[in-house]
Amino acid sequence: MRADGEAILEVRDLVKHYPLTRGILIRKQIGAVHAVDGVSFDLRRGETLGIVGESGCGKSTVAKLLVSLERPTSGHIRYKGEDVTKLSGRALKAVRRNIQMVFQDPYTSLNPRMTVGDIIGEPFEIHPEVAPKGSRRRRVQELLDVVGLNPEYINRYPHQFSGGQRQRIGIARGLALRPEVIVADEPVSALDVSVQAQVVNLLERLQNEFDLSYVFIAHDLSVVRHISDRVAVMYLGRLAEVGTDAQIYDHPTHPYTQALLSAVPVPDPDARERRERILLTGDVPSPAHPPSGCRFRTRCWKAQEKCARVVPPLEVPDWFREGGGPAAHVSACHYAEERHVVPVREPGAEAPVSWNGP
Amino acid sequence: MEQPATLLDVRDLHVEFRTRDGVAKAVNGVSYSVAAGETLAVLGESGSGKSVTAQAVMGILDSPPGFVTGGEVLFRGRNLLTMGEEHRRRVRGAKLAMIFQDALSSLNPVMTVGAQLGEMYEVHQGMTRKDARARAVQLMDRVRIPAAKERVRDYPHQFSGGMRQRIMIAMALALEPDLIIADEPTTALDVTVQAQVMDLLAELQREYNMGLVLITHDLGVVADVADKIAVMYAGRIVETAPVHELYKRPAHPYTRGLLDSIPRLDHKGQELYAIKGLPPSLTAIPPGCPFNPRCPRAQDICRSDRPPLYAVEPGRASACHFWKETLDES
Repeated sequence: MRADGEAILEVRDLVKHYPLTRGILIRKQIGAVHAVDGVSFDLRRGETLGIVGESGCGKSTVAKLLVSLERPTSGHIRYKGEDVTKLSGRALKAVRRNIQMVFQDPYTSLNPRMTVGDIIGEPFEIHPEVAPKGSRRRRVQELLDVVGLNPEYINRYPHQFSGGQRQRIGIARGLALRPEVIVADEPVSALDVSVQAQVVNLLERLQNEFDLSYVFIAHDLSVVRHISDRVAVMYLGRLAEVGTDAQIYDHPTHPYTQALLSAVPVPDPDARERRERILLTGDVPSPAHPPSGCRFRTRCWKAQEKCARVVPPLEVPDWFREGGGPAAHVSACHYAEERHVVPVREPGAEAPVSWNGP
Repeated sequence: MEQPATLLDVRDLHVEFRTRDGVAKAVNGVSYSVAAGETLAVLGESGSGKSVTAQAVMGILDSPPGFVTGGEVLFRGRNLLTMGEEHRRRVRGAKLAMIFQDALSSLNPVMTVGAQLGEMYEVHQGMTRKDARARAVQLMDRVRIPAAKERVRDYPHQFSGGMRQRIMIAMALALEPDLIIADEPTTALDVTVQAQVMDLLAELQREYNMGLVLITHDLGVVADVADKIAVMYAGRIVETAPVHELYKRPAHPYTRGLLDSIPRLDHKGQELYAIKGLPPSLTAIPPGCPFNPRCPRAQDICRSDRPPLYAVEPGRASACHFWKETLDES
């Protein structure tokens, strides 16, 4: 385990509501989209926390709140003990330097009219103390080298690069200010499989090299397992379950996590017969009108009357706390129960050892 | 077991795009066949030519700049490419259907879904509007859209992504085709919804004994539903095999690399294997084997001679000079 336990980011009861209004002259608030509704977690130094969930669950809003692109409706984000949500001006700017973001779409997140050198060097315009003017070009070339691009490409434009290379440019920009935390929102989901592996490996190498802490947001559960030390599962603005990768994938206790994992197509045709698929009915409810009590109860096969009444807290369920073991991790379900859903490769059919060619 | 009749037989298909930057050779001699009740997965990354092949088969290639420059597309033995447009349109409408990735942009935003579904019956079967509308409701029921009777009057934007994809499937099924080509049908969907849609598609395929060509980049989806697989790279099929064999013992280094580069759900694993470099530009495909600049096994012969599709085992072929070594190593 890379993480040494000290929390670099502490998120407490984070809430973000977007107002729904009616009227043009007289604007009246008629409701709110509950994008994030009471999310708490810690990010420890040097660890990767994966956040998974389906579209509309609020995971990207969490990302924007973490890097202060959005202000929360309520709640706290503490960076090294300091509450970022209360800062403004110079103090906020200083914190922002240390929490940088890598975006999903390498096609729209780079300005097509700027050269790669200007894109990666732009953070220095805002934080000139990091790199004095004379040294910037050299610094940008170093960054290109770090992410595996030819430093001579500094004067090229984004359209001259492939998707994977563009994502490397986005990563170089995220690294420019030597941040301690990187929030990556779906950084590999727009990439082809063969290129995705290159970028995932790059992110892991950079983490070791620069002692970075990652919040890695993605909908691809296999990628998240590969890169994360701990995983948080999000549903409709709340966390359903949080644990280490083995606790979540091999010992899930929340029904939503179980359904999500069981739906992932596994690249093993032999698993077809062995797998047990939990098919959810219906769609995710609108975050403008979230269900009372447990958010997942409208699609849950275990829902009881209590689930509509009482919001399940994100705690280790009492009946698991006694015995300890991998099922004893926080899960927001009144009726949490362990269930194995990920088909494991049969011992006889081991994956061939990775092959790096002659 | 009796061999089912071949529905679609694509033979040595060539497609190129004539652009300002030169001729992009998107499809370079692709052959595949699908029988009734069978699922063929065409697997490839962006730019591999998997979608262009399907567009050429369906006759919906943007032309210009795209041109079919060679080959045959036989549907029940008749060549669609040489057929008159009117004749072809009738076959395409009634016997062949296509499902696209992006349901929102493939449906008409200013027509109700009922009108769009009903239109198929009015145009192809000369039904009255009222009868057609009744059939549209039945279809929506069939693909399990709740409250079909009310929702038939809704517009596409009023449906969720999964429901829109169901409407696309309903539309493809309307005239009970023999063959469906589905181009990344679930790529835009969330994983729980993807599972629902794939299950529905598989169930309907069984029920109507349709042939299915599934075009995808997702090795997980392929393992779940395909009977056989064609792997494409730079406009060519580099490997074909029944699904179990391909995953167990790939016979092409590219397939091998793809399988090794995906992270796994059942354990954490070490550093991922990454295929070095990038797929070639289609305007400058390297001589010899198109995969040679990225291949860990490449020798001089790979840089000079283009490998044909070698027969590996019954039902299996690989376009690699060193298929035997690749197979043995797995």
